[in-house]
Amino acid sequence: MTGVRATQSLMKTLRPPRQHDRKPHTEARAAATSNGLLLKLELHSDPKLLSPVRGALERLTELLGFSAPECRAVTRAVDEALTNIMRHCYCGRLDQPIEVFCSRTRRRGAVGSEEGLEILLCDRGPPVDPAKLRGRRLDEIKPGGLGLHFIRQSMDVVQYRRTRGTNQFRLVKYLNAMK
Amino acid sequence: MQISARHVDKATIFDISGDIDLANSPEVRKALLREVRENRTPRVVMNLSKVRYIDSSGVASLVEGLKASRDLGLRFILFGLSQTAREVLQLSRLIKIFEVYDNEDQALAS
Repeated sequence: MTGVRATQSLMKTLRPPRQHDRKPHTEARAAATSNGLLLKLELHSDPKLLSPVRGALERLTELLGFSAPECRAVTRAVDEALTNIMRHCYCGRLDQPIEVFCSRTRRRGAVGSEEGLEILLCDRGPPVDPAKLRGRRLDEIKPGGLGLHFIRQSMDVVQYRRTRGTNQFRLVKYLNAMK
Repeated sequence: MQISARHVDKATIFDISGDIDLANSPEVRKALLREVRENRTPRVVMNLSKVRYIDSSGVASLVEGLKASRDLGLRFILFGLSQTAREVLQLSRLIKIFEVYDNEDQALAS
Protein backbone atom coordinates (compact mmCIF):
# COMPACT_ATOMS: atom_id res chain seq x y z
CA MET A 1 0.00 0.00 0.00
CA THR A 2 1.42 3.38 -0.91
CA GLY A 3 1.59 6.18 1.61
CA VAL A 4 -1.07 8.14 -0.25
CA ARG A 5 -3.46 5.20 -0.35
CA ALA A 6 -2.87 4.48 3.28
CA THR A 7 -3.72 8.06 4.12
CA GLN A 8 -6.86 7.98 1.97
CA SER A 9 -7.95 4.82 3.72
CA LEU A 10 -7.40 6.43 7.09
CA MET A 11 -9.25 9.54 6.05
CA LYS A 12 -12.23 7.46 5.02
CA THR A 13 -12.34 6.05 8.51
CA LEU A 14 -11.83 9.45 10.08
CA ARG A 15 -14.45 11.28 8.01
CA PRO A 16 -16.72 13.25 10.39
CA PRO A 17 -19.82 11.21 11.17
CA ARG A 18 -23.28 12.25 10.06
CA GLN A 19 -25.32 13.79 12.82
CA HIS A 20 -27.62 10.80 13.17
CA ASP A 21 -24.85 8.26 13.67
CA ARG A 22 -22.69 10.35 15.97
CA LYS A 23 -21.89 8.32 19.07
CA PRO A 24 -20.17 9.31 22.29
CA HIS A 25 -16.89 7.74 21.25
CA THR A 26 -16.73 9.93 18.15
CA GLU A 27 -17.04 13.22 20.01
CA ALA A 28 -13.33 13.80 20.41
CA ARG A 29 -12.70 13.35 16.72
CA ALA A 30 -15.67 15.50 15.81
CA ALA A 31 -14.41 18.25 18.09
CA ALA A 32 -11.01 18.14 16.42
CA THR A 33 -12.51 18.49 12.98
CA SER A 34 -14.89 21.30 13.88
CA ASN A 35 -14.22 25.01 13.46
CA GLY A 36 -11.50 24.99 16.10
CA LEU A 37 -9.05 23.11 13.91
CA LEU A 38 -5.71 24.92 13.80
CA LEU A 39 -3.36 22.42 12.29
CA LYS A 40 -3.57 18.94 10.80
CA LEU A 41 -0.56 16.75 10.11
CA GLU A 42 -0.48 13.47 8.20
CA LEU A 43 2.67 11.43 8.52
CA HIS A 44 4.02 7.95 8.18
CA SER A 45 5.25 6.04 11.20
CA ASP A 46 8.88 6.91 10.47
CA PRO A 47 10.82 8.18 13.50
CA LYS A 48 12.71 10.58 11.23
CA LEU A 49 9.47 12.56 11.00
CA LEU A 50 9.33 13.22 14.74
CA SER A 51 11.65 16.20 14.45
CA PRO A 52 9.51 18.18 11.97
CA VAL A 53 6.41 17.43 14.04
CA ARG A 54 8.15 18.80 17.12
CA GLY A 55 9.07 21.91 15.14
CA ALA A 56 5.46 22.45 14.13
CA LEU A 57 4.19 21.97 17.70
CA GLU A 58 6.81 24.32 19.11
CA ARG A 59 5.73 27.09 16.73
CA LEU A 60 2.01 26.45 17.24
CA THR A 61 2.19 26.53 21.02
CA GLU A 62 4.26 29.72 20.90
CA LEU A 63 1.64 31.25 18.62
CA LEU A 64 -1.14 30.36 21.04
CA GLY A 65 0.61 32.11 23.91
CA PHE A 66 1.84 29.21 25.99
CA SER A 67 4.86 29.91 28.18
CA ALA A 68 8.23 28.46 27.15
CA PRO A 69 8.01 25.55 29.66
CA GLU A 70 4.44 24.84 28.51
CA CYS A 71 5.53 24.85 24.85
CA ARG A 72 8.23 22.32 25.70
CA ALA A 73 5.75 20.24 27.69
CA VAL A 74 3.17 20.02 24.88
CA THR A 75 5.86 19.29 22.30
CA ARG A 76 7.32 16.58 24.53
CA ALA A 77 3.91 14.98 25.11
CA VAL A 78 3.09 14.81 21.40
CA ASP A 79 6.56 13.48 20.59
CA GLU A 80 6.24 10.76 23.23
CA ALA A 81 2.73 9.82 22.10
CA LEU A 82 3.91 9.51 18.49
CA THR A 83 6.89 7.49 19.64
CA ASN A 84 4.55 5.08 21.44
CA ILE A 85 2.39 4.74 18.33
CA MET A 86 5.44 4.01 16.15
CA ARG A 87 6.95 1.53 18.58
CA HIS A 88 3.96 -0.23 20.07
CA CYS A 89 1.00 0.23 17.70
CA TYR A 90 2.96 -0.16 14.47
CA CYS A 91 5.83 -2.28 15.87
CA GLY A 92 8.50 -0.25 14.10
CA ARG A 93 6.97 -0.37 10.61
CA LEU A 94 7.84 2.87 8.86
CA ASP A 95 5.01 3.28 6.37
CA GLN A 96 1.88 3.27 8.50
CA PRO A 97 -0.46 6.28 8.67
CA ILE A 98 -0.72 8.65 11.60
CA GLU A 99 -2.80 11.82 11.81
CA VAL A 100 -2.47 14.68 14.24
CA PHE A 101 -5.30 17.19 14.69
CA CYS A 102 -4.60 20.33 16.72
CA SER A 103 -7.65 22.38 17.74
CA ARG A 104 -8.61 25.17 20.05
CA THR A 105 -10.65 24.09 23.03
CA ARG A 106 -12.22 25.79 26.01
CA ARG A 107 -13.37 24.85 29.49
CA ARG A 108 -15.05 26.63 32.34
CA GLY A 109 -12.58 26.90 35.19
CA ALA A 110 -12.62 28.33 38.69
CA VAL A 111 -11.82 31.83 37.40
CA GLY A 112 -13.90 31.79 34.24
CA SER A 113 -13.35 30.34 30.82
CA GLU A 114 -9.96 28.84 30.00
CA GLU A 115 -8.65 28.40 26.48
CA GLY A 116 -6.48 25.51 25.51
CA LEU A 117 -5.04 23.31 22.82
CA GLU A 118 -6.50 19.89 22.07
CA ILE A 119 -4.36 17.41 20.17
CA LEU A 120 -5.85 14.25 18.74
CA LEU A 121 -3.48 11.54 17.49
CA CYS A 122 -5.01 8.79 15.36
CA ASP A 123 -3.51 5.53 14.15
CA ARG A 124 -4.75 2.30 12.61
CA GLY A 125 -2.73 -0.09 14.76
CA PRO A 126 -4.25 -2.85 16.88
CA PRO A 127 -6.22 -1.85 20.01
CA VAL A 128 -4.17 -0.69 22.97
CA ASP A 129 -4.56 -2.52 26.26
CA PRO A 130 -5.69 0.23 28.68
CA ALA A 131 -3.79 -1.52 31.46
CA LYS A 132 -0.58 -0.69 29.61
CA LEU A 133 -1.42 3.00 29.56
CA ARG A 134 -0.81 3.46 33.27
CA GLY A 135 2.96 3.79 33.01
CA ARG A 136 5.40 2.41 35.52
CA ARG A 137 6.52 3.40 38.97
CA LEU A 138 9.29 5.95 38.98
CA ASP A 139 11.13 4.55 41.97
CA GLU A 140 12.47 1.80 39.74
CA ILE A 141 15.71 2.71 38.03
CA LYS A 142 15.41 1.06 34.67
CA PRO A 143 15.27 2.10 31.04
CA GLY A 144 11.91 2.30 29.30
CA GLY A 145 8.36 3.07 30.33
CA LEU A 146 8.96 6.78 30.83
CA GLY A 147 7.05 8.12 27.82
CA LEU A 148 3.60 7.79 29.36
CA HIS A 149 4.81 9.42 32.53
CA PHE A 150 6.13 12.37 30.54
CA ILE A 151 2.81 12.69 28.73
CA ARG A 152 0.77 12.68 31.93
CA GLN A 153 3.11 15.15 33.60
CA SER A 154 2.98 17.47 30.62
CA MET A 155 -0.73 17.60 29.80
CA ASP A 156 -3.95 18.46 31.65
CA VAL A 157 -6.04 15.79 29.94
CA VAL A 158 -4.87 12.44 28.54
CA GLN A 159 -7.50 10.09 27.11
CA TYR A 160 -7.51 7.02 24.91
CA ARG A 161 -10.38 5.72 22.83
CA ARG A 162 -10.73 3.00 20.24
CA THR A 163 -13.31 3.61 17.56
CA ARG A 164 -13.91 2.04 14.15
CA GLY A 165 -10.51 0.42 13.97
CA THR A 166 -8.71 3.60 14.99
CA ASN A 167 -6.77 4.38 18.15
CA GLN A 168 -7.38 7.94 19.30
CA PHE A 169 -5.16 9.59 21.87
CA ARG A 170 -6.54 12.91 23.06
CA LEU A 171 -4.23 15.35 24.80
CA VAL A 172 -5.29 18.76 26.12
CA LYS A 173 -3.25 21.58 27.59
CA TYR A 174 -4.97 24.67 28.99
CA LEU A 175 -3.39 28.09 29.02
CA ASN A 176 -2.37 29.14 32.52
CA ALA A 177 -3.78 25.95 34.03
CA MET A 178 -2.63 25.06 37.52
CA LYS A 179 -1.51 21.43 37.54
CA MET B 1 22.02 14.06 15.58
CA GLN B 2 25.78 13.66 15.53
CA ILE B 3 27.90 11.74 17.99
CA SER B 4 31.67 11.62 18.23
CA ALA B 5 34.13 10.35 20.82
CA ARG B 6 37.42 11.74 22.07
CA HIS B 7 39.77 10.48 24.72
CA VAL B 8 41.12 12.63 27.56
CA ASP B 9 43.34 10.84 30.11
CA LYS B 10 41.32 7.84 31.24
CA ALA B 11 38.01 9.26 30.11
CA THR B 12 36.08 8.96 26.89
CA ILE B 13 33.98 12.01 26.14
CA PHE B 14 31.02 11.64 23.82
CA ASP B 15 30.10 14.93 22.15
CA ILE B 16 26.51 14.79 21.00
CA SER B 17 24.69 17.48 19.07
CA GLY B 18 21.13 17.80 17.82
CA ASP B 19 18.06 15.94 19.02
CA ILE B 20 18.07 12.51 20.62
CA ASP B 21 14.81 10.74 19.82
CA LEU B 22 13.50 7.41 18.60
CA ALA B 23 15.22 7.93 15.24
CA ASN B 24 18.71 7.91 16.69
CA SER B 25 18.71 6.83 20.35
CA PRO B 26 19.67 3.25 19.30
CA GLU B 27 22.88 4.73 17.87
CA VAL B 28 23.62 6.50 21.16
CA ARG B 29 22.86 3.34 23.12
CA LYS B 30 25.12 1.22 20.91
CA ALA B 31 28.05 3.65 21.20
CA LEU B 32 27.71 3.91 24.99
CA LEU B 33 27.42 0.21 25.64
CA ARG B 34 30.35 -0.58 23.36
CA GLU B 35 32.52 1.94 25.20
CA VAL B 36 31.53 0.55 28.59
CA ARG B 37 31.37 -3.19 27.94
CA GLU B 38 34.08 -3.67 25.33
CA ASN B 39 36.54 -0.90 26.05
CA ARG B 40 35.82 -0.70 29.79
CA THR B 41 36.79 2.95 29.89
CA PRO B 42 37.07 4.03 33.55
CA ARG B 43 35.04 7.20 32.93
CA VAL B 44 32.46 7.67 30.22
CA VAL B 45 31.48 11.32 29.97
CA MET B 46 28.48 12.58 28.01
CA ASN B 47 28.69 16.14 26.67
CA LEU B 48 25.05 17.12 26.24
CA SER B 49 25.63 20.87 25.86
CA LYS B 50 24.56 20.80 22.20
CA VAL B 51 21.60 18.47 22.66
CA ARG B 52 18.46 20.50 22.04
CA TYR B 53 15.99 17.74 22.81
CA ILE B 54 16.05 14.31 24.41
CA ASP B 55 13.05 11.98 24.62
CA SER B 56 12.30 9.00 26.83
CA SER B 57 14.18 6.62 24.52
CA GLY B 58 17.25 8.86 24.84
CA VAL B 59 16.90 8.89 28.61
CA ALA B 60 16.57 5.10 28.53
CA SER B 61 19.87 4.90 26.61
CA LEU B 62 21.57 7.01 29.29
CA VAL B 63 20.12 4.78 32.03
CA GLU B 64 21.44 1.70 30.23
CA GLY B 65 24.87 3.30 29.98
CA LEU B 66 24.79 4.14 33.68
CA LYS B 67 23.71 0.66 34.73
CA ALA B 68 26.32 -1.03 32.52
CA SER B 69 29.00 1.27 33.99
CA ARG B 70 27.94 0.55 37.55
CA ASP B 71 27.93 -3.18 36.90
CA LEU B 72 31.61 -2.95 35.92
CA GLY B 73 32.59 -0.46 38.61
CA LEU B 74 33.07 2.36 36.09
CA ARG B 75 31.85 5.95 36.21
CA PHE B 76 29.24 7.47 33.94
CA ILE B 77 29.06 11.26 33.93
CA LEU B 78 26.84 13.87 32.26
CA PHE B 79 27.59 17.54 31.74
CA GLY B 80 26.16 20.57 29.95
CA LEU B 81 22.49 19.67 30.31
CA SER B 82 20.16 21.94 28.37
CA GLN B 83 16.91 23.14 29.92
CA THR B 84 15.03 20.44 28.01
CA ALA B 85 17.39 17.65 29.01
CA ARG B 86 17.32 18.75 32.64
CA GLU B 87 13.52 18.86 32.58
CA VAL B 88 13.12 15.29 31.35
CA LEU B 89 15.62 13.97 33.87
CA GLN B 90 13.75 15.81 36.60
CA LEU B 91 10.36 14.59 35.38
CA SER B 92 11.64 11.02 35.43
CA ARG B 93 13.27 11.63 38.84
CA LEU B 94 16.48 10.27 37.36
CA ILE B 95 18.51 13.46 37.75
CA LYS B 96 19.64 12.37 41.21
CA ILE B 97 21.02 9.01 40.09
CA PHE B 98 23.40 10.53 37.53
CA GLU B 99 26.62 12.39 38.21
CA VAL B 100 25.83 15.75 36.60
CA TYR B 101 28.23 18.68 36.15
CA ASP B 102 27.87 22.06 34.54
CA ASN B 103 30.89 21.84 32.23
CA GLU B 104 33.70 19.62 30.96
CA ASP B 105 36.35 20.94 33.35
CA GLN B 106 34.21 20.09 36.35
CA ALA B 107 33.31 16.70 34.92
CA LEU B 108 36.96 15.77 34.34
CA ALA B 109 38.12 17.16 37.68
CA SER B 110 35.53 15.18 39.60
